[in-house]
Amino acid sequence: MAELLRTHPLEAWTTAFERLPDTVGIAVEPFVAMADVRLGTVDSEAGTRLGVDLPTEANTWVPAEAGRAVWLGPDEWLLSSTTEAPEELEARVRAAVLPLGGSATDVSAQRIGLRLTGARVRDVLAKGCSVDLHPRVFGRGSSAQTTLGQAGVVLLSLSDTGEDHVVLVRSSFAGYLADWLLDAALEFTHTPTR
Amino acid sequence: MTSTSRTAEGGRIDRATTLEFTFDGQPFTGHPGDTLASALLASGRHQIATSIKLGRPRGVAAAWAEDPGSLVQIEEPFPEPMLLATTVELYDGLAAHGLPGQGRLAEVPDSARYDAVHHHVDLLVVGAGPAGLAAALTAARAGARVAVVDEQSEAGGSLLSGTERLDGAPALQWVAAAVAELAEHPEVLHLQRTTAFGSYEDGFVLALERRTDHLGATAPKHLARQRVWRFRARSIVVATGAHERPVVFTDNDRPGIMLAGAARTFLHRYGVLPGREAVVFTTNDSAYDAALDLHRVGVCVQAVVDARPEGSARREECERAGIRVLPGAVVTGTQGVDRVTHALVAPFVDGEVGAGSAIACDLLLVSGGWNPAVHLFSQARGRLRYDEGLGAFLPGEELDGLSVTGSATGVSDLGGCLAHGQRVARAALAALAITPAGDDRLPAAPEAVVPTAPLVLWRVPDSSGAEGSTQFVDLQRDATVADIARAVGAGLRSIEHIKRYTTIGTAHDQGKTSGVLTSGITAELLGIPVQDTGTTTFRPPYTPVAFAALAGRDRGRLFDPERVTALHEWHVAAGAVFEDVGQWKRPRYYPQPGEDMEAAVLRECAAARTGVGILDGSTLGKIDVQGPDAAVLLDRLYTNLISSLKVGSVRYGVMCGVDGMVIDDGTVLRLAEDRFLVLTTTGGAAKILDWMEEWVQTEWPDLRVHCTSVTEQWVTFPVVGPRSRDVIGAVFPDVDVSNEAFPFMTWRDTTLEGVPVRLARISFSGELAFEVYVNPWYAVAVWERLLEAGRPYGITPYGTETMHVLRAEKGYPIIGQDTDGTVTPQDLGMGWAVSKKKPDFVGKRSFARPANQDPLRKQLVGLLPTDRQTVLPEGSQIVEFFPDGQLPPPPVPMLGHVTSSYRSAELARPFALALVKGGRERIGDTVHVPVNGTLVPVEVTGSVLVDPEGARRDG
Repeated sequence: MAELLRTHPLEAWTTAFERLPDTVGIAVEPFVAMADVRLGTVDSEAGTRLGVDLPTEANTWVPAEAGRAVWLGPDEWLLSSTTEAPEELEARVRAAVLPLGGSATDVSAQRIGLRLTGARVRDVLAKGCSVDLHPRVFGRGSSAQTTLGQAGVVLLSLSDTGEDHVVLVRSSFAGYLADWLLDAALEFTHTPTR
Repeated sequence: MTSTSRTAEGGRIDRATTLEFTFDGQPFTGHPGDTLASALLASGRHQIATSIKLGRPRGVAAAWAEDPGSLVQIEEPFPEPMLLATTVELYDGLAAHGLPGQGRLAEVPDSARYDAVHHHVDLLVVGAGPAGLAAALTAARAGARVAVVDEQSEAGGSLLSGTERLDGAPALQWVAAAVAELAEHPEVLHLQRTTAFGSYEDGFVLALERRTDHLGATAPKHLARQRVWRFRARSIVVATGAHERPVVFTDNDRPGIMLAGAARTFLHRYGVLPGREAVVFTTNDSAYDAALDLHRVGVCVQAVVDARPEGSARREECERAGIRVLPGAVVTGTQGVDRVTHALVAPFVDGEVGAGSAIACDLLLVSGGWNPAVHLFSQARGRLRYDEGLGAFLPGEELDGLSVTGSATGVSDLGGCLAHGQRVARAALAALAITPAGDDRLPAAPEAVVPTAPLVLWRVPDSSGAEGSTQFVDLQRDATVADIARAVGAGLRSIEHIKRYTTIGTAHDQGKTSGVLTSGITAELLGIPVQDTGTTTFRPPYTPVAFAALAGRDRGRLFDPERVTALHEWHVAAGAVFEDVGQWKRPRYYPQPGEDMEAAVLRECAAARTGVGILDGSTLGKIDVQGPDAAVLLDRLYTNLISSLKVGSVRYGVMCGVDGMVIDDGTVLRLAEDRFLVLTTTGGAAKILDWMEEWVQTEWPDLRVHCTSVTEQWVTFPVVGPRSRDVIGAVFPDVDVSNEAFPFMTWRDTTLEGVPVRLARISFSGELAFEVYVNPWYAVAVWERLLEAGRPYGITPYGTETMHVLRAEKGYPIIGQDTDGTVTPQDLGMGWAVSKKKPDFVGKRSFARPANQDPLRKQLVGLLPTDRQTVLPEGSQIVEFFPDGQLPPPPVPMLGHVTSSYRSAELARPFALALVKGGRERIGDTVHVPVNGTLVPVEVTGSVLVDPEGARRDG
């Protein structure tokens, strides 16, 4: 039998996203494997076993081998991998942290990612996010667990100009957030008729 | 109407452009830059409306938001009530009429957009008058992140209303340069038409920006009409200026009576002559500017009536201009109907009014001093102090992160305001460790003239014999000195009580002109110092804010997020009717052409009981519990034993609160010795994870266990019915689906085209059933495989309604529907799920309470209407007859209520679940349920109505 096809919750929004100007770019991130990691003590052994030094500064993220490690709490991280299948990532990470008293859970489908790029993206986010996103405060490597509109999100800054962000949102809220973002972007996308 | 009262030149209006509008149905014209009020005044119209209780004519009494008089309703372009003509910027096509105190909400939906924006700054400056601009420039030059908000259409504050000069040039040139300089700084946000209306803790300030109101029908639809700014400022500078205060005298409410400063505003800013013949009544020097300015443009100033015995040092200035000054005199009353015609002027010696005379006028200007606009300071819990000299309440303490400057602190001269604004900004920057710039120059202001000390005069004694009953304190509420006297006479002393007794300060203007007057008059009547009376509490909003603005974009589709499963599009295409389950949209049933809900549900139920049905159960809450102590945690939280569960098996469990009442239920899969998958109800998903975390983090931090939400990591498809084994076997050929190899309450992992899939023998219907768990990326593909494999058996997708019927037929309760937080597992007939072996678990202690042992507790039972017809409405009450067949007299004792009620295809009759007092003892009895005025007899049964032996679960 044929391979099982994947469907993305925001397939129906792709066209609307493609019509947006570069100043408020919204793009759906490809599916990636993600694991929620819980670990009490982060030391060099953990870094060696995981292949990434988990960030210990609150509200930050760091690049990992083929993905990212996002600080979610004093003992919790979100690890992503673009090269492993979800079950492979969970198995590898779980094996790495179990001896250290940690745990790992596959959460690849819990959230989907949206890439927000452009000069007005910060203005769009400011319509529903109470975190200070000024690039001096929320530059590359910053992250926040907050709400955007009425959806809980993990927000990552990918640049020091404030013009490149990733929003991770619970899959069931993806449609709401996509509608919310398009609506928030309206004032920057509308071409007045003269 | 033509502009009969326009000046020949001047003002900040665009005279080259004419705008047409209507007021009370009459056509008028005005210019860009006008407000509705200034355009009406320019046409010689002063009366706006009549008063709410007494029907007295009322007009424009001030020039901005402090006006208690000019309430209007806008009709076009969109109906909006309760606006002030003084704050409505004029636009072409405006249609409005005056309001006697109450307006009318629109009957059509508001199609305009509203939004909100969060903004963070080092320094927020509220007010772009001289002090605010000086503060903003200082902060901007230091490179700070600054926001400047100002409620007017342009910056300048009091400078817009006068003729002041800075650096030897008109002060507005400096304002323009300051605005241009602020625009050069990338970290400065400067917003006009933006009112900071609320000041809260931690530097949080809310402001309303009126973005397109002034554009009328030409407002671009894609822009928010109004925007709520949610500022978070490290430091706040309040430069909100001061409101002029009237003096109360008899008949002080007629159109044509206005604050002296307002007349200057109408003259200088709008090019309007607010009258031809003016009398100016004052207690201080500021009104002399109004008298002289009006005189200069040709208004006949009949007299300056100065209540101070010695008058003012500026008397000579007036007299040189030919203006009569009457020191030691007051206005005791007025004449006129829809416009003032005479001011009654009398000598005022030692608080006594002498014999007076009438002076003809069509404009009576009043100034009783100035009230600093301390609203934001007071909202931030700043204490006020009363200044005897100024007769005003001033900021009385330093607040962290919020400072007040300019005339809001009682400073009255221009140079003083500029310097104060700069000083306050520098102090705020220093506290934030921001270094001020080297060149931080302020313009040179003319040397300040020390004014003659003002007289504090709240009211002129009533010599009319009316005992203050036409001495208006709050014009909008028609509340008078007599009302305050009545309140004091009734024994009220607290200014808060007097406010509520008299309603003073409760109208749209929230007492901007009347509040301090009330404090002063009350103090006089009580014979106590004004400081002791104090003011009423200042609360947000400073000016009214429309609910539409507060709602912002959270309306329509964005009002409340709709959560959907990975199969949502499929459900829509299949014609599902959805129901809201919390924020989730779940298919309730899938009607075929011509089917109503009842027919669809009977069909879906029959399919699941006789063939095979399939449900999208993905909304079930799922929690991954990992760690060496995972089983310990679950043993403590569930009422039953979980640790004895074998890997590969499934157990149903009940969770209770500390009070022993059921809070959630569901199944638990043991994935490994140290790993479980906990299923919760859809509504309990977040609550139960929080519940677990609370216990782990606060009570049992020693447990080596981690809980992670995986609700959306797995879609869940129950495949239900006698043919479900055939379907599962066909789609997952690697799995031995026989009852022996895959018994009830076990789970097995497999793969489909390499994708991991978990199957579990769990049944919420009593039928043979398999739950299919898979990553939602593959939800549609797996669902369609199952449908394809089920086609030979007539596989039928079913919704939540059928799910409810199937489970109710089996007596499975829905937590939150059949329970309400007062129901124990024993009440549900699930004493079997409460461990007697475990030393402790949450809720255990409560089960020993006498109330929990009461045999008359409400218990879950089944009900069968004996007419085999009636579907009992859920929530119906249950009653019983006396043994003699008589109904007890009202109030009829209630035995309980119906919690779930459906029509059953399997039973071929309606049935219900109910919580009934001592219900299990009543099985076999007949009780009654009132339905539409008739008592329907129902038989009490056990809660399991279908397959009580459980013979079907293995197929």
